[in-house]
Formats: sequence, structure tokens, C-alpha cells
Amino acid sequence: MKISPEYAVQMRGITKTFGSLMALNKVGIDVKKGTIHAILGENGAGKTTLMNILYGFHQADEGEIFLEGKKVFIKTPHVAIAHKIGMVHQHFMLVDNFTVTENIILGNEIANKLGIINYKKARNEILKIVKKYRLDVDPDAKIENISIGMQQRVEILRALYRGIDILVLDEPTAVLTPMEISGLIKIMHELTKDGKTVIIITHKLKEIKSSSEFCTIIRRGEYIDTVNVRNKSEEELGAKMVGRAIKLVVDKDEAKPGKTVFEIENLHVYNERKISAISGLCLKVRAGEILGIAGVDGNGQKELVEAIMCLKKVKSGVIKINGKEIQNTSVLNVLKNKIATIHEDRQKRGLILDFTVSENAILGKYKLRPYSKNNVLNNSEIGKLTKKLIENYDVRPKDCQNSLAKELSGGNQQKLIIGRQITCEPDLLIAVQPTRGLDVGAIESIHRILIEERDKGKAILLISLELDEIINVADTIAVIYNGNIIKTFSQNEADEKVVGLFMAGGKVGANARKNS
Amino acid sequence: MITLTLDDIPNILMYSTPLILGAMGGVISERCGVVNIGIDGMMCMGAFTAATAGYFLANPWLGLLFGGLAGGLIALLHAIACVTFNADQTISGTALNLIGPGLALFISRLVFAGSTQTLTVSRKMPKIFSQEVSGIFRQINIDVTSLIALIIVILFWFVLYKTKWGLRIRAVGEHPAAAETLGINVRVLRYACVIMSGFFAGIGGGCVTLSTVSCFSPTSISGQGFIALAAVIFGKWMPHRACGACLLFGFAQILTVKLSGEKSLIPSQIIAMLPYVLTILILILFVGKSVAPKASGKPYNKNIC
Ligand SMILES: Nc1ncnc2c1ncn2[C@@H]1O[C@H](COP(=O)(O)OP(=O)(O)OP(=O)(O)O)[C@@H](O)[C@H]1O
Ligand SMILES: [Mg+2]
Repeated sequence: MKISPEYAVQMRGITKTFGSLMALNKVGIDVKKGTIHAILGENGAGKTTLMNILYGFHQADEGEIFLEGKKVFIKTPHVAIAHKIGMVHQHFMLVDNFTVTENIILGNEIANKLGIINYKKARNEILKIVKKYRLDVDPDAKIENISIGMQQRVEILRALYRGIDILVLDEPTAVLTPMEISGLIKIMHELTKDGKTVIIITHKLKEIKSSSEFCTIIRRGEYIDTVNVRNKSEEELGAKMVGRAIKLVVDKDEAKPGKTVFEIENLHVYNERKISAISGLCLKVRAGEILGIAGVDGNGQKELVEAIMCLKKVKSGVIKINGKEIQNTSVLNVLKNKIATIHEDRQKRGLILDFTVSENAILGKYKLRPYSKNNVLNNSEIGKLTKKLIENYDVRPKDCQNSLAKELSGGNQQKLIIGRQITCEPDLLIAVQPTRGLDVGAIESIHRILIEERDKGKAILLISLELDEIINVADTIAVIYNGNIIKTFSQNEADEKVVGLFMAGGKVGANARKNS
Repeated sequence: MITLTLDDIPNILMYSTPLILGAMGGVISERCGVVNIGIDGMMCMGAFTAATAGYFLANPWLGLLFGGLAGGLIALLHAIACVTFNADQTISGTALNLIGPGLALFISRLVFAGSTQTLTVSRKMPKIFSQEVSGIFRQINIDVTSLIALIIVILFWFVLYKTKWGLRIRAVGEHPAAAETLGINVRVLRYACVIMSGFFAGIGGGCVTLSTVSCFSPTSISGQGFIALAAVIFGKWMPHRACGACLLFGFAQILTVKLSGEKSLIPSQIIAMLPYVLTILILILFVGKSVAPKASGKPYNKNIC
């Protein structure tokens, strides 16, 4: 394509290496002005890196950038901001204990000659934008007290406040609820109506279909193609991305459930604010069965997991594994009773980011032989285990054993955790949002792993906010609402619409009483 | 029976002033994300340089200024190590605590014919009122350095919470990557703050040798830097609260002086512990949990974040 002013952004021959790793190899992209343009690629493909280069956060080793046909050199974010580029990062860049207003004006304060900030004026400016784009944001709230959805709107607001022409959104929907996602897409359309250009990185093919005109696909640091989204199905997009045909729904045989392994009876748990978060919940998971818990965020999922893992006190009720009660004991006891959990927040509870991959691989096992003897670690055995994990669960790059966990891309961090937890040989595997932020290729392999474990006779409790995931993977679907299971379906009776209705609490009074 | 009167205010302030200035140094450095446990070393270097310059130039004001500059120079080393080379901030600070007194004594021997004590300055820092005033003015005739320290506290508070520079400093101390993506130069800001930290610590040291006494000796600075750091933490990294903690300590110190003047049954060694114990007690009982700036102590390297 020619360099032309019709394009808001054109990047040419961008190459970037991190040490010996080639993150991007001569990648180019052309983004038409006033469009929404998606970037699709596997975890670690280099999407974030490419956008960080556009934003001046990283420097390319080679390559050129053109904005509206003019060559530019973007050495720092400061330059990018001057060129009216805004970016919402994958991991939010907000100062937790600042107010929304402080976060928005930071670096671009409305101040007098002495540097004294005029907060009143800043606040009014912000409110103007809030009104214009109908963003629901409270300028006086502290970041740590607002929802993730609102935090994201703060990030967008921050970009708009700086007066942008181009907005880059890096995986903006990974942590949003379906409602918030449709709100975001509305905002994006609103922006393009204003002549602004939006670049969005996302793994969710559905969202690309519903928001974008064009989609550029990157695979392992190489440019693959740019397609017109309208002419491509979700499967075609996914296949292009991973380089092979993929299944968005993993095949599986009928479940052959055995005896009940795990049981919860009449569970009551309070949340932090001493309000009942789980009230009278009952459920059963049998060997060789995946029980999926569907529900909108905040209906007690978090407390349920914490109660099972003894991270939170149970007020009343019974939690039993293999007939043995474990409620209100200790995490260690839960682990001893062969329950393994893939936690929702992999960076907080799954991994120690500053440890190496192999150190992370033996978390929870380091006391066991052969990984240690007489309190001394056996590094060669640990190395063998790590190699096996990397091999079996396709953690990339292959030679990451001694890299720090934080250097892995999100998807690969997740595969490492899942591998580690499964090799604990648990009787019950709890997977909370196991595919959040992962690409469709990785999702496929994680779903396959879960189903394989089921076929080996494990009991699996899958908790996810993605209804698709629950419907595709679970054998039995339980809908959680207001701290209670209000309805259960078997997989073949579950219809997205009906389940969705129950998730929103519909029909509760009419015909669905507690169903366990 | 001991009584506290207005007369004690100048003394309380005299004890507190070096601590307050040291604490301000700690606040500014930690607020932008660099732990500076080298405050004591910087104060020591400042105290020596101030006394020496004050002696040779026969001008305490210039002496104080040079004290500040010497502290700033030492702090520059800290900045180079921690900001440019991402060194461990605790180790670098410890090194400075060893270098500060060592260098001061070394130069002292060179300059003052082998003596580790500098010669007495001809002019000390003045008090706010002349010696001739009487009545209440005489009672509250505090050191001018105390007044300066209090003004600096107000200034620090104002800058940190009301100006864009303060907003940026606090942001860099909490989340440097976020600040960087908004076009703020993290390194430059950290350099500035660390050097300032040394400057104020140096002045704090100068207050000891130019206001409290009138020469530098090896014991002029003996742990004030660490007490200042404790005040920073007790003060939750806020200038006004850190200042409060320093004043509390100064108050406890005066109490001790008075107590040990009395004939009492308590051994003087126990009484000497009083300021520390009292400070800790009050702070445990009345000050809640304090949370450090999130990025404090962590080197910032944008390629691994
Ligand atoms: N600062 C860094 N230091 C070393 N390696 C890095 C760094 N940032 C990224 N990488 C590596 O570069 C590659 C591309 O990473 P990038 O974050 O761009 O992937 P991505 O496409 O955004 O993936 P994801 O979908 O998981 O966010 C990965 O292999 C990653 O491990
Ligand atoms: Mg990314």
C-alpha cells in the first residue's frame, strides 16, 4: 500500500528484538482514518509490542512510522501524545490511590505559572468530555474504589482529555462484563463518528466482528494479512491467526460421571463488608464431570472459591471432599485433600512474577521428594519437571526455564499454572476464568486439557464469566445468582438465551427455586 | 516536679530542626520512589561542610548553603547508583552512611591539622529576635533555622499536594510506568528529588553545627538521620505529619533533659531511653498503619515492567 494521508497510521518494516528474542520481524500495518481496526494474534505474537512502539514506549530497532502520510519519529510517549495518539494499556496505567481527576490530568495539568493546579477547571473539562461521550465516570472517586469497567473508562477519558486523533486499546475487554463490553463498543463507534481512529487489540473474535472494519493478523512476530472483517467468519479469522484450522468448540464425548467427589451443603459466607455473599448454596461435582458455574461477576463466585480454599471463613454449611469435611480448616489441609485451584488472578495468586519459571513450577511441591530432600532443593529434578511442563502444556518460548515469570506473555503464564496444578494429580480441579486474556488457540488447548482430565475421571469445577466457555465445556451448568445456585441445566438442554436470562436473575420468583 | 514553660519551645525546636530537615529529605526522595537510608551520611557531610565553610567564610548563611550542597553532592552518588544503574537502594544508602562520616573526618584531618573536630565558627546562625528583646519575645526566641525548617515543611506540603510537580512526584513514586506513558520523565524527576533530598539533609546537618553548637565533631551527627527516617514512616510519608513526629521527639528529648536534672531514683540511662520509648509508644497508640509509596525502593526499568 502507498503511503498516503488517507491513513491515520502506517507502520513499515518494524523490527524489534528483546535480547535474543525477535518479538517483531518487519511488521507493517495500515490503518484508515476514521475506522476501527483490529489487531489479532496469539499470546506473545507481538501485538502489544507493536503498539508500544507506535506509542513511543518502546523503540523499534528498524522501521518507519507515518501519520497521515508524514514520516514521524516517536521516541517517547511524550512525542506520541503531541501527535495526538492515546493508548489504553493492557495492564491499566492508573495510580491506585489518586482520584480519577488526578489520574486524568497527570502529566497534562491545568496549572498557573507557579505550577499550582486548578482542580476546579480540570474537573469541569473532564465533565465536559464525560457528557459528550456519555461515559459513566465519577471524577472525584479514588481509583482503588471503582470497578474495573470504570477504571477503563478513566483510561479512555484520559486519552480524550489530551485531545487525541488515534486511540489504541490493548485488550480492553478482557476484564469487562458483557454489558460493559457493549458499552465500550458504543463508545468506540461514537469516537469514529467524530473522525477519530481506533485500533483495538483483542482475542475475542466476536468483538472484532461486531466492532471493526479491518483486521490485521500477526503470528509469532510476523505480519500475516489484513482482511476486511465483513467477509470473514470467526473460524476463518481464528485459523489465520494460529496458522491451522481451529475449533472454537472442542469436541468431547458424553460424560460418564461416577460417584460424588465434592459436595457443598447449605453454604453461607459473608463478604468483606459483612454482607451475605453466599446464602444457602448447594452443589455436587461427580468424578468424570465438569460442573460449570455461569453467572454475572459479583454474584458470589469469588467468595465461593475462597471459602472452598479456606481463604475465607465459612459462616455455616458443609464443604466435603471424598466425604471429608474441610470447611474452616487451612489452605494446607485443602491441598492435602487433593483440591487444586487455578486462580482467577494469575499474577496475584498463581505466580510469583519475580521468580523464574522453574521456581514457579514447583510452588506447592517444593517440600516433596524428589524435588527436595532434607530441605535442600534438587535442581536437576526441578529442571526435569519444568521441562516436562513446558513440553506438555506448550509454554512458549521453549527455553523459558530460567526466565522470570513476568517475562512470559499472559497466555503462557496461564498454561504454566494449569500444567502445574494438574500435575498435582488432584481429585477436584477448580478452574476460575482459566482462559481470561488468552488467544483462541490457547483457549482451545486449555479446553482440551480440561476435558482430558475429566475423561481421566477427575471432578472439575469450572467458574467463568464467559457463557460461551461454560456452554461449550461443562457437562452440567449451574447458574449462580445472588450467592445461590438458582438453576441447573445439563449441557444439551442449555441454550445461551435461557441461561443468560437466569444469569440476570430472571424467572427466579416464578418457577426456579433452589435447585441442587 | 518538672514543669514545661514557654522557655522550652526554642529548645524543643532546636532539637527537632535537624530531624525535620532530614525527614523532609526522606519524604521527597521516597515520595518519588527512591528509598534513601543514606540521610544520616548526608547530614554528616552537610554538618561538617557547613561548619568548615562557616569557619573560613565567617558567614553562617554561606556555611549552611555549602552544607546543603555537600549533602546534594553525596545524594548525587545515590541517584547515579539507584536511578541510572538500578542498584539496590538499601545497599547504596548504607554505603553513603559509611562514606559520609568517613569522608567528613578524613577531610577534617586534612584541613584542621589532624583534628577530627573543626575550629569554632566566629558567627553562629542567629535567633529570630536580637538578644536584647525581653519578655515573651525573649522566651520564644527560636533559632532562625527552626523557622526556616517549619517554612520548608509548609512549602513541601504545598508543593506535594497543590502543584503539578507534586502530583508528578507522587505518581512516579506510586506507578512510574504510568507516569512514563503520560510523558513524564521518570529518571529526571528521580534525580531531582534525590539530589534535593541530600540538599535538605545537608542543611539539617548544618543546623547542628551552626545553630545548636558551633563546630563539627565526630559525634555531631549520631543517628539523627535514622530518627528522621523513622519520622518519615511514622508520618506516613507526609511532610506535615513527619514534622509532627520530629517535634514529638524533640519534646521527649527536652523532657529527658529536665528529668535527668532532677534528683531521681531512675537511673539516667533509663531516662535517656525515654524519648525513643515515648515516641514509639505514642506512635503505636495513636498513629495507624502507614503505607509506603508503592514503587518506593524498586528500580524502574521500563523494559521489564
Ligand atoms: N520487556 C520485555 N522483555 C523481554 N521480552 C518481552 C518484553 N515484552 C515482551 N516480550 C516478549 O515479546 C513477545 C511479544 O510480546 P507482546 O507482549 O507484544 O505479546 P502480545 O501479542 O501482546 O501477547 P498477549 O496477547 O499475551 O498480550 C513475547 O514473547 C514476550 O515474551
Ligand atoms: Mg499484549
